[in-house]
Amino acid sequence: MELDQLVENFKQKDEKAFEKLYNMYSDSMHGVIYNILRDHDIAQEVMQDVFIKAWHKGDSYSSKKGRFFTWILNIARNAAIDKTRSKAFKNSKQNLNSDFFVDIIEGNENLDDKTDAIGIKKFVGKLAEKCKAVIELLYFKGYTQSEASEALDMPIGTIKTRNRNCIQELRNLVLN
Amino acid sequence: MDIKAYIESGILELYVAGTLSEKENEEVYALMHKHPEVLQEVLEIEAAIVKLTASTSQRDSDHILQRIKQTLGFGSDNDTKLISIAKPKYNWITYTGWAASIVLAAGLLWTVNQNKQLQSDIQIAETQQSLLETQIANSKNNLKDANVLINVLRDDNITKVPLAGQGNFASTFAKVYWDKDSDRIFLDAQGLPEPPEGKVYQVWSLTLTPLTPTSLGTIDRFTADANKIFEIKNANESEAFGITLEPDGGSESPTMDQLYTLGVVSAS
Repeated sequence: MELDQLVENFKQKDEKAFEKLYNMYSDSMHGVIYNILRDHDIAQEVMQDVFIKAWHKGDSYSSKKGRFFTWILNIARNAAIDKTRSKAFKNSKQNLNSDFFVDIIEGNENLDDKTDAIGIKKFVGKLAEKCKAVIELLYFKGYTQSEASEALDMPIGTIKTRNRNCIQELRNLVLN
Repeated sequence: MDIKAYIESGILELYVAGTLSEKENEEVYALMHKHPEVLQEVLEIEAAIVKLTASTSQRDSDHILQRIKQTLGFGSDNDTKLISIAKPKYNWITYTGWAASIVLAAGLLWTVNQNKQLQSDIQIAETQQSLLETQIANSKNNLKDANVLINVLRDDNITKVPLAGQGNFASTFAKVYWDKDSDRIFLDAQGLPEPPEGKVYQVWSLTLTPLTPTSLGTIDRFTADANKIFEIKNANESEAFGITLEPDGGSESPTMDQLYTLGVVSAS
C-alpha cells in the first residue's frame, strides 16, 4: 500500500516522505490546533512544533497501534491542549469562546477556494447539534468515549452509534 | 465474525479518532489486513475526517513547511556549503585578533622595560652629574686660590723675604711674600720637611734691635696642605721672619736650637 510505504520511508528519515505527509495532513492538523487555540500565530507555531516532534519521534510510531493520521492527530491535540495550559496563553486568552469547529467552518472565507468547500459548509449547516458536539469532542478535542459520554450525558453505546451516523453523513457529503 | 456488524458498530470511527485501547487497535489492524472492506471503511472515515478538520484551517501552511525544513536541516548540501564559507572567515578574524593582542601585549612589555631602563639610566646620569658638579666646584676653588697667589706674586708692593736654613737645618729653606697693604704674609714652606709626630712649625716675626720675637702662629695644616703655601696675618713692623719647630700648640718664645730657617727683611 502506498501510504504504508510512505510512512515507512518517513520513519527512515526520508525528507521527501516527510514533505508528502506534511502536505497530506498539515491543513488538517492546523485546523485541529486552531480550533483549540483560536489564535492564528500561536496555532502556526504549535503546528511547526508538532511536525518537528513527529520527525524526531518517527521511530516510536507503529502501524499496529493505529493509523499514522491518528498518531499525528494525537500529537497535535496534546500540543495544543498543553499550550492552553501555559501561563502566557491563559493570560492572553481570558475568555476562550466555546464555539464548536462548526462556527469556524461557517465563517471560513478561505474555504470557497477549496474543493468540497460547498459540501462541507452545507454539511455543517444542517448538522444536528448532537452531531456537532460528538465530532467536536472525539476528533477535535481528543476525548475518550467515556469522557464524551460524561460530558454529553449520554450512554457510551449511544456515543458510538451516533458518531457512526454523523460520520456517515459527512462521508456522503464530502466523498461522493 | 460478522464483519458487517463490526463495521456498523462504529468502532472504526473511534479507531480513527484514537480512542480505542491498545488491544482493540491491534484487533482492528489485524482485521484490516484480513478483510479489505474493513480497510476500505477505515480509509473513507479517515479521508472524511481529514477533509473536515482541514476545513477549519484558514491559513496556507506552505511557509510553515519551509520553516520546519530549515529547522530540521533538510537539504543539508546547501548547509554544509554555507558553513564551509563561514568557517574560515570566522577563523581569520579570530586569529588576526589573537595575533594583534599578542603583539600589543609584547609591545607593552617592551615599553615598560624600556621605561625602567631609561629611569635607571637617568639616575646614573644624575649621580654622575652631581659628582662632576662637585669636581667643577673644587676646581673653581683651586683656580681662585691659584689666581690669588699669582696676583700676590705679581704685585709690586709685595716684599720677598727668602729664609735660609740655619745650623743643623742648613738644607731647609722657605720664602715669605709680605703684602704690607693687606697686613698678611704668604709663607712658601715647600723647602721644609714634614714635622715629626707631636710637633708643629711656628712662624715668628722679629725686630732686631732689640731682638724681639712675636709669634704669628703655628702651621697646623702643614701635612694636609698640597702646595705648602700658607696665608698668615701679620700687622707687625717685622724686620725678620723665622720658623722654629715647637711642640703641638706652639710656644711662648721660640726654641732657638730648633730654628730651621731665618731671613731678614731687606731695607727698601
